[in-house]
Amino acid sequence: MSYFPPEISGPRPSVDDQVFWNYCQRHELHFQRCAACHRFRHPPGPVCSACRSFEVEWIPAPEVGIVFSFTIVHHPAHPAVAPILPYNVVIVDFPECDHVRLVSNVVDVAAEDIRIGMRVSLVWESVGNGFQLPRFRRSA
Amino acid sequence: MVTTKQRACIVGLGETRYTKWGQMGDRGEWSLACEAVMNATQDAGLVINDIDGLASFSNDSNVPWLLQHALGLPNLKWTSMVWGGGGSGACGALAHAASAVESGSAHYVAVFRSLCQGPGHRYGQAGGYNELPHLNFMAPFGMFSPPIMIAPLIQRYKHEFGAKPEHFAEIALVCRDNAQRNPRAVMRGRPVTLEDYLQSRIIASPLRLFDCCQENDGACALIVTTQERASDLRKKPVRILAAAQGGNSGWYDGALGSHNMPVDEYGAGNGKTLARDLFSRAGLTPQDVDVLQIYDHFTGLVLMTLENFGFCGRGEAGPFAAAGNLRWPEGRFPLNTSGGHLSEAYIHGLNLAVEGVRQMRGESTSQVKDAKTCLVTAGLSASPLSAALLGV
Repeated sequence: MSYFPPEISGPRPSVDDQVFWNYCQRHELHFQRCAACHRFRHPPGPVCSACRSFEVEWIPAPEVGIVFSFTIVHHPAHPAVAPILPYNVVIVDFPECDHVRLVSNVVDVAAEDIRIGMRVSLVWESVGNGFQLPRFRRSA
Repeated sequence: MVTTKQRACIVGLGETRYTKWGQMGDRGEWSLACEAVMNATQDAGLVINDIDGLASFSNDSNVPWLLQHALGLPNLKWTSMVWGGGGSGACGALAHAASAVESGSAHYVAVFRSLCQGPGHRYGQAGGYNELPHLNFMAPFGMFSPPIMIAPLIQRYKHEFGAKPEHFAEIALVCRDNAQRNPRAVMRGRPVTLEDYLQSRIIASPLRLFDCCQENDGACALIVTTQERASDLRKKPVRILAAAQGGNSGWYDGALGSHNMPVDEYGAGNGKTLARDLFSRAGLTPQDVDVLQIYDHFTGLVLMTLENFGFCGRGEAGPFAAAGNLRWPEGRFPLNTSGGHLSEAYIHGLNLAVEGVRQMRGESTSQVKDAKTCLVTAGLSASPLSAALLGV
């Protein structure tokens, strides 16, 4: 079971983000961090914008993030989502990781109950083309 | 040092008809661009053979050899393309053209933008922005189109500053009202009331239908040359007091990417550094501006732009708008006097610059009395954006 119908496929990894998705395939959410100055960054990129080092390390994300912002989508910009409207898109913040944020979805909360500041925890979902995506549910 | 005679100015403007997307019949972006450039050339009192430079932005499909061939340009010697980012490059293209004529690289540059969104290529639908570099982190999560990308910024702005629906509505209503006087406006003849706004459907909360710009087909163009050359031409030259690209650091692709811009600027916009640079270059302050053409892809981003460019303090734009400051003709800073993207047409910002030129000439259908300085902005939420100050 996935939040979206199977027509909404997963990513097409590039040379720059392949490692992120490789971790996801193992149900591990890891963020890229500069190995020199230890500053997190997302999406993955080749150079640290703080110290300009090319050296990277991959650090496990906390299990819990915070809804930083969100939208409830009522218009089907993709025809496949028409039957499941409205759906949510949330921006999940990880303050401990230099405020790295993920665009994702909260799978178990009614649209009218989503709030900025809500704590959410990680769940994994399979999508049509075999990718594992990090999504979220309400956290205690 | 560029002398006054060498300074850049705008001497011609041209447009095609503007329509709702998909209504241009058998015409495409190539044909529309040719018509707009020819109309602008004629407006300037030039002939097409005079055009020796071409500038556009946002990866316009009209690569230079298409126009060189179709228009039979005998002396094309300078071309420029400002990279991607929706319409954030509109005033950037103007800045490039100004540099070209001031340096002598070209004498008469046509700045143009042409849009024709056939089926399967609408900006408001999935697939319309397939070139975005971080689509992997957005589309699998249902973030397919600009309203969904922008809505979380507006949600955050509301959360931080308590903006009310009536504040966003004011932007939509001002633009729609101005469009009723503009024969080119696609939304002419379709006025909207506050009640209509409040009852309109939600696209992506908090964005309602009337918070979102249109999807349109059409093209427009401006001709840029030096003040010395302009003195021989038909129309009163409109000076480019300053035109610049820029944007706060750390914004990356902002809302059109993975939403990892600086936390404290997420609901505020990325235009502050550009605004400072632009006003400084022109030697002006916001209080010197008579009329505004602000990039209105979404009403909430107009509010943020007003704050970024110093017309009011952070979080104050809603009440500032609701107080009537943006209304034509009586407001202190009449906004988007052609109807803007919301109600004239969405030609990726260049039509806002065209309206700025009309205001400076005294030719607008919502003319601001004695207007001598106009601010035009292009984009907000991906860097770099761009802006220009026009004057007479």
